[in-house]
Amino acid sequence: MTGDGFEIGGVVLESRLFTGTGKYADDAVIPEVCAASGSQVVTVALRRVDLGSATGNVMDHIPKHMKLLPNTSGARTADEAVRIARLARAMGCGDWIKIEVISDNRYLLPDGYATCKATEILAAEGFVVLPYVNADLYVARSLADAGAAAIMPLGAPIGTNRGLKTREMIRILIEEMDLPVIVDAGIGRPSEACEAMEMGAAACLVNTAIATAGDPVVMARAFGRAVRAGREAYLAGPGVSRGLASASSPLTGFLGGEGA
Amino acid sequence: MSFYPQCAEYGAMPLDAMSAAVTGGDVRRALAGECRSPGDLLALLSPAAALYLEEMAGRASRLTLQHFGRTIQLFTPLYLSNHCANHCVYCGFNAANAIPRSHLSLEQVEAEARAIAATGLRQLLILTGESRTKASPEYLEACLGVLRRHFPSVFMEIYAMEQDEYGRMIRAGIDGLTLFQETYDESLYARLHPHGPKRDYRFRLDAPERACRAGMRVVNIGALLGLGDWRKDALLTGLHAAYLQRRYPQADIAVSLPRMRPHAGGFQPASIVSDADLVQIMLALRLFLPRLGITISTRETARLRDNLLPLGVTRMSAGVSTAVGGHSQESETEGGAVGQFEISDDRSVEEMCAMLRAHGFQPVFADWHPPVNGAAIPAPRAGGLV
Repeated sequence: MTGDGFEIGGVVLESRLFTGTGKYADDAVIPEVCAASGSQVVTVALRRVDLGSATGNVMDHIPKHMKLLPNTSGARTADEAVRIARLARAMGCGDWIKIEVISDNRYLLPDGYATCKATEILAAEGFVVLPYVNADLYVARSLADAGAAAIMPLGAPIGTNRGLKTREMIRILIEEMDLPVIVDAGIGRPSEACEAMEMGAAACLVNTAIATAGDPVVMARAFGRAVRAGREAYLAGPGVSRGLASASSPLTGFLGGEGA
Repeated sequence: MSFYPQCAEYGAMPLDAMSAAVTGGDVRRALAGECRSPGDLLALLSPAAALYLEEMAGRASRLTLQHFGRTIQLFTPLYLSNHCANHCVYCGFNAANAIPRSHLSLEQVEAEARAIAATGLRQLLILTGESRTKASPEYLEACLGVLRRHFPSVFMEIYAMEQDEYGRMIRAGIDGLTLFQETYDESLYARLHPHGPKRDYRFRLDAPERACRAGMRVVNIGALLGLGDWRKDALLTGLHAAYLQRRYPQADIAVSLPRMRPHAGGFQPASIVSDADLVQIMLALRLFLPRLGITISTRETARLRDNLLPLGVTRMSAGVSTAVGGHSQESETEGGAVGQFEISDDRSVEEMCAMLRAHGFQPVFADWHPPVNGAAIPAPRAGGLV
């Protein structure tokens, strides 16, 4: 859908699906996935980038037209996240950075406090910072104050494909925050991405659900369509949900304008 | 804190009888839930669970795919020294064994590093015999100074250290520790380690925890399966890993599943761990700890390693030599160097990559950029990436 772009860091994006590069059997499928999804933004873990490698490099498979969103996967502290972000920029990966600070390897839940610290440092250095966080209003506000370009709350723990377990908290973020809210992590099915978009999320980031699908390319296409459908539904303004049935031909219709 | 009290508590239980008493219903109940309790793990390792391997495999495969994707990390071991002060009765490096002993100079370390790096590998596991004089922390630091120019990620498998020594190794560039308890059976451990510093069961048991406290990024534990009752050792390995995961969530906890192999000492395993047993152990651990790293070494045959791929493996060795200087010097048979154990899968890195791709897996070489001050930043491509 054209004319419905949203802006991050001065870049207007038409597609509201961000994709990833992890967990694929073969990175060579990434261009097909990107094309099928219609995505314009792709995230890559800098820890897996090895530009000097003689054995191949994930960067070789990222379409040139796509906006690269390196992430700080593996960082356990704010300092490590800052270091990885600077390394990404030095390696030519641009100024966008997705902050992941995770010091819990059981559930991979993000550390909000450390994420805020890293965001503040990197935003001051001119990075376009997209922080991955729990769906927490106070953390989101702190990130906005620290200079984040968007908020990326999790729908469920990374890689679980469990859907929008934090639905109500995400709804509050969408309602309260001026920054784009990009639902990141946990979305396992296109219908869940569609639901997030219907709620008013600015975008969704989906990796595991696509990468681990039986056919990643077809699944990427399905996610692309679901995100567009959800966005259109949001813009259309869904009808009010009622507890009781409401006849499309009301019994008091004969009263014209006189009825209640 | 220490895992020792829990370990001792389980050691005092009649685990073999408890395991034998597990019924099919118990296994089904474990599989119906999250498989997160010690009782679940005991059930999944029991003789009764051997009839449920296919069901366990399906679930383990799905969990591994979900958490790790279709990727396998590759590494190779680099033996720096085979001097050893211990008399482990099952090990080829036993101080009493009349084998040629050697110790790499820094020039030889450089040659080994170049030879390994030329294969494309980016992750290394350095090993030494347990000799603090021949493989002192100072020597290891000097070796790391050489190796870190070639490899972004270096793990170590050496003698147990104090916490401050682990901190020193981390600062020198180590980001992973591999340390096997060998067996969790304390009395058996004493018999298997009659002399040498490794005889201290408790010091070794607590070493992974000291490494976690020091900030080690990856901590890999395990038992040498076959030294004792494998069901007990597998159970305690799982409980030890769970303990470390819970107390040190910032560390990546992993296990290796080495089985006894023939070696120079001629020691025979107390219990034979069959292929089916090994599979059962791997599946049980995956179901119990879904995010656990699992390493399978070249002790196993190529055929078995290939078939284990979808069942939970996350890390494999390739292009392996277990002899000191084995990567850059003459072959083990020609050069006279003796390996720690005989390998069963001698495939090159290239062959391993081809096999992984043929099976629908991506070989992963790089997985971390080390936070060492002054580390070289890879040069960007001309024109950058974006």
